[in-house]
Amino acid sequence: MNTPNQSGWKPEMTASEDGMHNGPATSTGNRALMLEEPLLFEIGSVETTGVDLPEPAADAANRLGGMDRAQPIGLPGLSEPETVRHYTRLSRQNYGIDLGLFPLGSCTMKHNPRLNEKVARMPGFADVHPLQPADTVRGAFEVINELAEWLISLTGMDAIAMSPKAGAHGELCGILCIRAALEARGDAREVILVPQSAHGTNPATAAFAGYRVEDIPANADGRVDLEALKSRLGPDVAGVMITNPNTCGLFERDMKAISDAVHAAGGFVYCDGANFNAIVGRVRPGDLGIDAMHINLHKTFSTPHGGGGPGSGPVVLSKALMPFGPLPFTARTKDGVVHLVEEENAGEFGHTQAFGRMTAFHGQMGMFTRALTYILSHGADGLKQVAEDAVLNANYILRSMEDLLHTPYADSGPCMHEALFGDQGFGGELSTLDLSKALIDEGYHPMTMYFPLVVHGAMLVEPTETESKAALDQFIQAFRTVAQRAKAGDESMKQAPFYAPRRRLDETLAARKPKLAWSEDAD
Amino acid sequence: MRYLPLTDNDRADMLATIGAASIDDLFVDVPAEAQLDGPIRDLPMHASEMAVERHMRALSKKNLAAADAPFFLGAGAYRHHVPASVDHIIQRGEFLTAYTPYQPEIAQGTLQMLFEFQSQVARLYGCAVANASMYDGSTACWEAVAMAGRVTRRNRAVLSGALHPHYTQVIKTMAKFTKDEIADAQPSIQGAPDADGLIGRIDDQTSCVVVQYPDILGRVSNLQAISDAAHEKGALVITVVTEPVALGAIQAPGDLGADIVVGEGQSIGVGLQFGGPYLGLFAVRDKKHVRQMPGRLCGETVDAEGKRGFVLTLSTREQHIRREKATSNICTNSGLCALAFNVHMTLLGETGLRRLAAENHRLACVAADRLAKVPGVSVLNDSFFNEFTVRLGQDARPIVRTLADRGVLAGVALDRLYPDVAAFADSLLVAVTETTSEDDIEALATALEEVLS
Amino acid sequence: MPRYYTDEHEWIDVEGDSATVGITDYAQEQLGDIVFVELPDVGSMLDKGGDAAVVESVKAASDVYAPITGEVSEGNSGLEDEPGLVNSSPEEDGWFFRMIIGDKDELEGLMDAKGYKTFVDSL
Repeated sequence: MNTPNQSGWKPEMTASEDGMHNGPATSTGNRALMLEEPLLFEIGSVETTGVDLPEPAADAANRLGGMDRAQPIGLPGLSEPETVRHYTRLSRQNYGIDLGLFPLGSCTMKHNPRLNEKVARMPGFADVHPLQPADTVRGAFEVINELAEWLISLTGMDAIAMSPKAGAHGELCGILCIRAALEARGDAREVILVPQSAHGTNPATAAFAGYRVEDIPANADGRVDLEALKSRLGPDVAGVMITNPNTCGLFERDMKAISDAVHAAGGFVYCDGANFNAIVGRVRPGDLGIDAMHINLHKTFSTPHGGGGPGSGPVVLSKALMPFGPLPFTARTKDGVVHLVEEENAGEFGHTQAFGRMTAFHGQMGMFTRALTYILSHGADGLKQVAEDAVLNANYILRSMEDLLHTPYADSGPCMHEALFGDQGFGGELSTLDLSKALIDEGYHPMTMYFPLVVHGAMLVEPTETESKAALDQFIQAFRTVAQRAKAGDESMKQAPFYAPRRRLDETLAARKPKLAWSEDAD
Repeated sequence: MRYLPLTDNDRADMLATIGAASIDDLFVDVPAEAQLDGPIRDLPMHASEMAVERHMRALSKKNLAAADAPFFLGAGAYRHHVPASVDHIIQRGEFLTAYTPYQPEIAQGTLQMLFEFQSQVARLYGCAVANASMYDGSTACWEAVAMAGRVTRRNRAVLSGALHPHYTQVIKTMAKFTKDEIADAQPSIQGAPDADGLIGRIDDQTSCVVVQYPDILGRVSNLQAISDAAHEKGALVITVVTEPVALGAIQAPGDLGADIVVGEGQSIGVGLQFGGPYLGLFAVRDKKHVRQMPGRLCGETVDAEGKRGFVLTLSTREQHIRREKATSNICTNSGLCALAFNVHMTLLGETGLRRLAAENHRLACVAADRLAKVPGVSVLNDSFFNEFTVRLGQDARPIVRTLADRGVLAGVALDRLYPDVAAFADSLLVAVTETTSEDDIEALATALEEVLS
Repeated sequence: MPRYYTDEHEWIDVEGDSATVGITDYAQEQLGDIVFVELPDVGSMLDKGGDAAVVESVKAASDVYAPITGEVSEGNSGLEDEPGLVNSSPEEDGWFFRMIIGDKDELEGLMDAKGYKTFVDSL
């Protein structure tokens, strides 16, 4: 046992008479370290500034073409101490990985190493402009190329597009490569097949790229129904978008057969790589016949989630799709020098069929430095251990909960890096939402809820490999407690959370009467 | 390994609980032929922090950082001084390691910050509503074109010739697949942009007119005439702002008739970082267009105890609900960069932003006057904010390289952005910010004098 | 005036050549709090069974189909400020739009009140 608890102390909560732990009201509305913080617009002023800048001279040169901004803008400022306090107080109302286990299925909320942050801030990475002459940024090109080579090796593919800015952007890149490849052979097709369990970005991406989306049914053990897929394939199907492991946390055993069938029908296979953490270093998706896969650097490769981004979504490509990858990208010539391949020199590098450009400049360099730092830290052996511990942790949770919660696929074998539960057997009118809000009171961010759509009241739990056994055991204890309450029909769960900085918020009001910006008029 | 807390004892205990003999049993669904028999060959094994840091530092040292040279590059990414507090705040674990605020009760930090962010962007842009950020200015620009198509139900976008060529390329790439028709052009190399030329290209099939402000050559012009012409034909006006600090000195696009304002937020809070991650800004002047906006939106509401709080709202526009009918496929956006923008903007305040803009413009005027004195060099622009175009009379690209070898980062040769246009070969884009000293300006001028003679 | 029902939970009131369309109480209950209704433009032509409107709750968007073919003559502007009318009065004040009937024969295939109740009970 690696964290001996010799004193045996455990936190306890003794209920007060009303079960609510309320003392007298405070004059500030604060509760000790839980501090209420007004909006910037309520505490700042347009005159205040926390930066020392000179006042402009009255007769300063003016070449603004008569477009001077005379009207007030309405942007409040604060001094530096007030600014630090404002944002520090706000930060304390957030849950984060640094605080505790973050069981969001499909998000891979693993520890964000601080070495990544240190490296990203080295001036040679942080303080260089993307359009500097090549000889002044060779090291940057080398970082991009080194990461590219690692990702190609880990996936067993042939090329990679580094520029997509996030997973969904990467999906679009992959689908556009497929479309370009089909058009190049004069075989434009109209349909993309997507499993019902897929993440919403998949059909949204396919539709955005001009395709009609059709569902692929699943079979009883939660995987793509291969026979149904085969019977749907035809000359109008451009390809399929498969997540593997899939969103139920299961490995698609028939992946190679799926790829072979799609290729035989003239289509391409796009793999959503969101769940790569389950197999990294142990399995190469390229060996399963895929044509393109995006990799979420902010999932498998530990770059921080940041409260909603930034992410990074490079896309590995097969030989068939390689010629169509977007610009720009890096390439190493025989003399070992790494170059940036853009519109003006693409011809020299034989890359004349790029489908175009997806973003200004080169991609999420700040995420590349972080991800490469992480990959070098783990190495090939460490990454394999990452996948194994991620899968071990998820199965530990699955088996520790299956006596209590409905586990739609647990009988058919192990899960991969995430465990899927459903709301069958909940008492009263309790729902997955109620269980999740009760879990907040226990000190955890809830798991992914109501996804995938194929399981009623789905709860998808992904602990990741950076959780200790003690952390898993504590989480399981809390999860079991709320699951038991849900099955017993404990109606108080409908009012949860009780102890978070806010109770349940009125999302109906927010949507009916959208208030999306501050205004001075009280309404 | 330092990021893996499980010990071999833990692993054994857990396998026993699961009822598996070894970890391989948990990978039983992976076909044997796809399973690797050990760590991938020819790849390095794990390394200590020290070793990794050494490797990465060596790579970073091969790059010339902007702080180590007189620096004049812009063209859509600008070097400003980011106050020290910003980096400390964005590295707080509660911000850095938080997720998208889908569970609002424990994400009020992120949500309130986003509400403040949206409000500040809207005011800066002269608009009613801004979203919670997009990947960057170029993709935000494409999303605006797509939105204009949805709103007007037309599919012909007219792009100003003086729009950043990367932005133009992104739009043209995406439009290939959505079947939008894109009418682009090249910038005119003259002191003021060719507004009449742009107006002449608008017809009653136009969905939108896309115009950059200040434009790719740094020129500032009055967009009202273009807005009037577009609206008369039923088209929307999309204004693109790649340098938001400019809006501390020049009028807001929303006040000049822009319907959608998009841009790059990188100048405020987010460093150069060799091109990313950056911060896409997206706002609509009239709130009637809100439901057609892409991206996340944060709104105000109350909780069950009547306390004010914030939530993501109008989610039915987004991919996770609307799937193939979503307004965009965007999921992850640029939350931490939005926080950085927020913190920097808070430290500036309106007074600070105006002073910052004034200082940028003052130094740009000093630089323009000094460079105009270099024999053979002329300044093209009638107007500019903190970036202008100079004509060198000789090919700019090799001169930029020569100056870089001498430790001067002289700006962006226009040829780098328009490699096929001979008429642009002698032009150089020069950006000047508050981080540029008068010594830097003198160093650039002197170096040019030497190289051009 | 007669009221008919579809198996997609729309109701349609017929008065001469004109009809009013909305969704049933069963449907609004399934959807939860309605936050927005996207109505068809006046003058647009609808096909029987084709997309007519979209009704949004916080977490979902559902398509509403045209019970019969026809031309939209009016949308319920009250829903703009009060989408909650669909919850509180789905079969009266929460109507969606009015239309000019294209083909009266199409009414044949629709259910009456009794038939709809039987249908809902079977769900």
